[in-house]
This record gives sequence, C-alpha cells and structure tokens, in this order.
Amino acid sequence: MALIATQSLSKTYGGRVTALAELTVAVEPGIIGLVGANGAGKSTFIKILLGLLEPTAGAVRVLDLDPVTDPVAVRARVGYMPEHDCLPPDLSAAEFVTHLGRMSGLPRTVARERASEALRHVGLYEERYRQIGGYSTGMKQRVKLAQALVHDPDLLLLDEPTNGLDPAGRDAMLTLVQRIGTEFGISVLVCSHLLGEVERICDTLVAIDAGRLLRSARVATMTSATDVLAVEVTEGVEALAARLANLGLQARRDGRQLLVPLSGPDPDAAYDLILAAVADLDLPLHRLEQRRHAVAELFADREVAHV
Amino acid sequence: MSEPTALASAAEPAGVIHDIGYHRYDGPRRGRGYVAGSLYVHSLRTAFGLGRSAKAKIFPWLIVGITGLVAAVLVAIRAQTGLVPLTYAQFAEAMSWLVIFFVAVAAPELVSRDLRSGVLPLYFSRPMSRPDYPLAKLAALITAVWLLLGGPQLLMFIGAAFTVNGGLRAVWDELLDLLPSLLYAGLWAVVFASVGLVIASLTGKRAFANGGIVAVFLMTTPVVGVLSVLPSRTVNELAYLAAPSTLVTGVGSWLFHDLVATEGEGSIRIGDFGPVYAAVAGALVATCVLLLLARYRKVAQS
Repeated sequence: MALIATQSLSKTYGGRVTALAELTVAVEPGIIGLVGANGAGKSTFIKILLGLLEPTAGAVRVLDLDPVTDPVAVRARVGYMPEHDCLPPDLSAAEFVTHLGRMSGLPRTVARERASEALRHVGLYEERYRQIGGYSTGMKQRVKLAQALVHDPDLLLLDEPTNGLDPAGRDAMLTLVQRIGTEFGISVLVCSHLLGEVERICDTLVAIDAGRLLRSARVATMTSATDVLAVEVTEGVEALAARLANLGLQARRDGRQLLVPLSGPDPDAAYDLILAAVADLDLPLHRLEQRRHAVAELFADREVAHV
Repeated sequence: MSEPTALASAAEPAGVIHDIGYHRYDGPRRGRGYVAGSLYVHSLRTAFGLGRSAKAKIFPWLIVGITGLVAAVLVAIRAQTGLVPLTYAQFAEAMSWLVIFFVAVAAPELVSRDLRSGVLPLYFSRPMSRPDYPLAKLAALITAVWLLLGGPQLLMFIGAAFTVNGGLRAVWDELLDLLPSLLYAGLWAVVFASVGLVIASLTGKRAFANGGIVAVFLMTTPVVGVLSVLPSRTVNELAYLAAPSTLVTGVGSWLFHDLVATEGEGSIRIGDFGPVYAAVAGALVATCVLLLLARYRKVAQS
C-alpha cells in the first residue's frame, strides 16, 4: 500500500493562481522529505492531504483513504504540525496537549497519559506544567510536535519543523524526527525549503517547484549512483585534473575544487588513486571529502521520475 | 539554553534512564460525536474560566455572584413579605445587562483567543467536520448564558417551594411558572450567544470583540427608543424589533404573555405582531449561525 498517492493532482485558487499542477506521485511508508522553495505548493499539498482543501482536479489517497470524501477518517490517523505559531500562551503544555488528545478521539484518561508521554518523547519534562507563553522557540516547536504525536498517528505531516531554530535546535529536531520515523514506526512527511537539511534523515525525497513535481525518488538510489569526491588543492589544479584523466577518472572542475564521480566497481579505489596522484605531483592537498550535495544537483535538472 | 541538550539526550537511543521507549496505541478511538462533545465541554468550562487562570475566572464569577445575589434577595423578600417583586421570567429580563456583559467577555474568550493564538489549524486537522468547531462553541455559549439565567431561577424556585403557602399544589403552580421561564431564559441565551459569537469570531483581538459586542447590543437600544415614540402605532409596535434585547422581550411577551408582561411604564406593547417578532428572532439566529459557518469555512482553509 502506498502511503500517499496522487494522480494528476491540481489546485488553483480562484481559477488563476496555480498552487499544484498535475502532480502525480506515490510514496511508500518511511520518512519522506517534501522539498521546494517557499510558495512551491508544499502547504497546499499538506492541506489537501488533511482534507482541508479540495483539489481542483485529480485524485489523492492517504493511508489508502480519500481525504476528499472521508476527511474525518484521514485526520483521525494523521498528525499535523503547522509551520506557524499555533499555541495558546496561557495554557500549560500538559493541559493543551491533553485537550488536543481528546480532540483526536482519545478517552479522557488515555489523553492525559499519552500527552505526558508525547511531551516526554520530545524532551519536555517538568516544564510541561508551565504556561507555554514562557517557552523558548525550541520548546514551542517540541510542543507542536508533541500535539501531532499525542494520538499515535500512522502518518505525521510536519511543515517546516526546524523553522526558527538555532543550528543545535535544528539538529536535535531532525534527530527526533528521524527517531520517530525509525524507532516509533510512524511514517513522516517533512516539508522543508532546505534540501540539505532533510536529505540526511529521509528515505524518499519529493521535490516540487511551482506546484509541479520535479522528482520523486528513494534517497538510497540517488546517492549511491551519484556520490562525488571533492578534491581541493591550493595550486596545480590543472595538472591534477590532467593526471586524473590519464588514470581514467573524469574529474570536473568546480572553482578550486575537482569533483570526481565515485562510480565503477570499486569506488574506494578512487581515493587511493587521487591520493597517489596528489603525492606524485607534490601538491598541497587542502581537502578530500565525499560530497552528499549530489542530491541537490539531481533536483536541479527537471527530470521527472517515480518511485 | 538547556533545551537543545535535553532534546539531544532524549533523542539518544535506549539506555538513557528516562527513556522507556515509544508505545503504539491500539485502544479505542472515539468518533466525531465524542470529539465535538469534548470541545463543547471544554468551551463551556472556558466560558466560566474553569481550567483557566484565576484572572480569567474573576469576571464570569462576578456576574454569577451578582445574579445569584439578586435571586437570593428576591427569595428573602418573598419569604419575609410575601410580595413577588419579579417573576422568574422578569428576572431573566432584569438581568439582560449582565447577560450582555457576560457574553461580551465569554464569546471572545471562546473564539477570539483561538483566532489570535493561531490554534485553529490544530483543531481543523483533527477528526471533526468543519462546522463542528463553531457549532460546539455556540452550543457552549448558549448553555453558559442559559445556566447564568436558569441557575438563579432555580434558586428562586427552591426558595419559593419552601416558603410558599398552600402545600404541594402551590409548589406545582410555582413549577408551572418556572418551566416556561427557563424556556424564556433559553431564548435569551440563543439570541445573545449567536449575535455575540458572530461578532467575536471576526477578530482575534479580545478588546475589540468585547467592545464590539457591547456596542452592538447597546447602540441598538436608542433606535428602539426613537422608533417607539414616533406617531404611528404600527411603527411603535414594531419598534422593539430593532434591538436584540427588546426583540427577545417581544417574543417572550407573545409566547408567555402573563409571565413576561409587566404592568405600567416599562412594559412593551407589540400589538398583534407577536409572530413577526418570533420570525425575526428566528431569522436573526439563523443568519448568525450561517455567518459563523461561512466564517469558519474560510478560516479552515487559510
């Protein structure tokens, strides 16, 4: 069963503004990154998945349910974390998440138990009895995540979960999302405009631009085929490139770096070849690293594929 | 900033002492009725400041205190002198100012607060239908106003039941007076709550909502004053349609004539236009409900 499947999904506002255009995609359970620039249609996509917006054309299925005809059933099994501020300042996190647990259909005592459990899982302990108004941005983001998690959904929809967080907070949030997807066994759709951020935790990436699907693919298939080694030497870049070409490595010049595709039967051999070449030419080696930005480059070409 | 580290430690794999792992939930999940019911109960409590800070309790309970006090005084007067200064229905009417203030505070508390904090997407992404939210809020406010008026009426009834002469028969008569009056209180509640909630749902700023509600209820009263002195009997008799509170009184005096109508000065005369009053009141409530639904259809999509 596909987790989310759409068929020629389109949404136009007022017949003029196109938010989604002919989007056809199918993704399997796991952690899915939905990437695209601001205004690419990510939030519209999420609202359609939740049954809050009706698509103008096309079909959509979430957890094998149709959010257009049966939105209540979809929402019972889905947790949603909005991008913007959505917390009342004058309630404690414990009260608020408990209330929203009941709003998801949990019986009263279960809601209370699961609320404190969800808050504990996102890392809020004694603070949960304080009013949310006094929380830091990081704590608020975690309350937002906890309320999406309280009713044990089968799918979490996270809209820019790292918004407004400092680098440490971002890392912690992404680690938490990854843990939810792997250890908790809950599928997660993470929206972000930062590809570099989500690619490291996702199994599947879906990129959209101006409402159109750029590409959708398993991360594993993309990176294994396209990892590159970046070699940076302070001088003699041309000489090194020539030497590598002689050795059968197609190096590509990128500023002061050489990018060497890691392909062939024995990718590790490339390391040795490059190191040997640099040593032979007696060049000052500045950096030699495996680059994972390859995924970003993949999305640059407007190739459409399906998982 | 200690929380990133706290989060990081929580995110570490098992072995940390407080991490007892995640449990899937496979117990019962209640349906849409339970969800809407929970929202209704939560909102009803919120209207009286229950489960909220002490500050939020002050105003509602001040008004509850005043109405309760008035009812107690009425009971005492009746017990001591045998006079009935206000019937049950007239009590509801006499309290109309307090009802206006109560609605002006409770309605923004119920809806403006949610608009302001942006919490609505969290409600609309939960297993209820779009109309459930505004309807649960409206039902809660109606119930709150009805309790505000009906509670003291019940108090007056209990007081009367213990002091009235004439045994069970008199108590029975007393009950027959009370029941229509509770219905009348319900009429107040429905009209005032619908109008108040629509106004409050337009703004996330509580102060604007407070002021807007009071303004709509009070500004319409002078209109009635003007219309009721115009030299036309028909206009005079229809004048009370212009303000929500006199509209309700008009419907009340048509439905429960002898209970509501007072002798002399303050009484309102609607002639044979009773059904018109009822129809206008019905149309007003229906319009308010439709406006609320339309308002939240827009909010849910944004």
